[in-house]
Amino acid sequence: MKHRGLFLLQLGFTLLVSAFLIVPVVLSILAGLTVNYFVGLESGLTLRWVIEVWTGYRDTIFLSIGLSLACLAVTLVLGIPTAYVLAKRQTALTRAIEELLVMPVAVPGLATALALIVTYGGLAGFRTSWLFILVGHVLFTLPFMVRSVLAVLSAIDLQTLEEGAASLGAGFWARFRDIVLPNCRAGILAGSLMVVTLSMGEFNMTWLLHTPLTKTLPVGLADAYASLRLEIGSAYTLVFFLMIMPLLLGLQAFAKPRPTKFVAEETE
Amino acid sequence: MTDSGKPLAIALQGCAKTFPDGTKALEPLDLAIHAGETVVFLGPSGCGKTTTLRIIAGLEEPDAGGKVLFDGVDVTPLPIEQRNVGMVFQSYALFPNMTVAGNVGYGLRIRRTPDAEIRARVAEMLAMMQITKLADRRIDQLSGGQRQRVALARAIAVRPRALLLDEPLTALDAKLRDTLRLEIDSLLRSLGITAIYVTHDQAEAMALGDRIVVMEHGRVAQIGKPREIYQRPATRFVAEFIGTMNRLTGVLQGGVFTCKAGTLAWAEAPRQATEILFRPEDIRIAESQETAGLHGTVAAAFFLGDRTRLFVEVGEARPLVVESTARRDFGHGDAVRLAIDPRGLLVL
Repeated sequence: MKHRGLFLLQLGFTLLVSAFLIVPVVLSILAGLTVNYFVGLESGLTLRWVIEVWTGYRDTIFLSIGLSLACLAVTLVLGIPTAYVLAKRQTALTRAIEELLVMPVAVPGLATALALIVTYGGLAGFRTSWLFILVGHVLFTLPFMVRSVLAVLSAIDLQTLEEGAASLGAGFWARFRDIVLPNCRAGILAGSLMVVTLSMGEFNMTWLLHTPLTKTLPVGLADAYASLRLEIGSAYTLVFFLMIMPLLLGLQAFAKPRPTKFVAEETE
Repeated sequence: MTDSGKPLAIALQGCAKTFPDGTKALEPLDLAIHAGETVVFLGPSGCGKTTTLRIIAGLEEPDAGGKVLFDGVDVTPLPIEQRNVGMVFQSYALFPNMTVAGNVGYGLRIRRTPDAEIRARVAEMLAMMQITKLADRRIDQLSGGQRQRVALARAIAVRPRALLLDEPLTALDAKLRDTLRLEIDSLLRSLGITAIYVTHDQAEAMALGDRIVVMEHGRVAQIGKPREIYQRPATRFVAEFIGTMNRLTGVLQGGVFTCKAGTLAWAEAPRQATEILFRPEDIRIAESQETAGLHGTVAAAFFLGDRTRLFVEVGEARPLVVESTARRDFGHGDAVRLAIDPRGLLVL
């Protein structure tokens, strides 16, 4: 009986915490689908707000998706080799670089954005391009990619694995392709998830870096909350939610480990 | 050397190694390894045995002036991937992202071997190592012994010119080590492959080596067949590192060695010395009617089943270690007389 009481207590607590986190999400979604939020659900459900967001802010959604994917591409190309070198060469210099990489995360986004504007704001073509925001996002998200890949690389005996592959005749590129990349796959995927979600939701820096023509989803969302009806803001959140969930689920599915079976598959 | 008629497979000429921090890991070393021979590098950790192996493999470069020759060709500038050696690592270095078959076939895939040939060779290797059933397993699903078999199969699959084994059994438990040692021995004999085996375990070295290279502080202490190394150690270090060695201090003069515990006959050419060495198995507990020998008292006795290991106090710094097969009980304080086979006496 005593155990049962404890179990019920724990269950109740868990449900309470879950509710605390989930209820706002549900309420926000409902707000975006309600005819009049202040009247409540009895005013009826509608897709009007969602459609209004779609027609008014479609561009911000596409820009955010494009931006986060471009940011992912850049951080992959820069981050994986960086992590590889940091893992391979443990010197005072590489450790210093590792520490410095965290700076853009520690420094407030507004400060970074200001520095970018002060330095490159004069380059008109660049300043008004979405690439300007991309630079900020890469600065902010690169540490996350490097860190997650580095964590995985440090956990495996990379040196010996590479020596093993080399003893079998594999040159540098073959080793990188066949041994290094597949074995830090989990880190790459964890890093990718971070980069995409962070870039997608980044507001601080983007708010300063954007121009009326390069407005991202979170900036648009702030606009909508500040100047339009609460229902539209909520509908915007709903759209955001619908955009990002499939992306995250897709990446998660990718992250499941599975060994390469190039010979085994052939030997039936 | 019995192999001197065979062609040289691997030669080291003046190979030294100094690490960037200034540590001298290896003094200039010359070594000739014949085709089909199994050479064991034996020594305590830090003696330079692994460094030597890595220089042969191409994982370390010798200091300027050192040369590595394979079949008479200078391969010193070539990286390991161009040397065609098979390597087995202490930690196995199996690729976690591939199955067992994937690991074994990797070297062939790198060599762009046709698929059908890879399949056949992998199947052959797995059958040879008796791990055919594990072909589709992931590496993390294997036991230590199975991993070692996969590592061996992978190294041999590419038909390397030499097989280099870096403490391959160290990570395994004692019983498995014995089994795998036997397997490796018959494998090396049946393949007739040139093999270099690094270990700090003298039993492994004795069992596997055609020749043993005993190393100490980056230098070769002795090169020889296991029996030579054991029975005729060249230096005190070799004598003490391999097996158990007893030591008596006294005076050797005119064919007789005299010490506190008695006298011993010296059968070889007369010489002078103040110390004499011999193995535990060359000592026998003398019968009461015998006259020759040393007198001592039993300090400790351990019955091991097939024999008794005795520690006998003879007034030296260390008691003598005696292996006795006598069917009698020994107790602390028993007075014993020891006869020592004159052929087993050594002066270094």
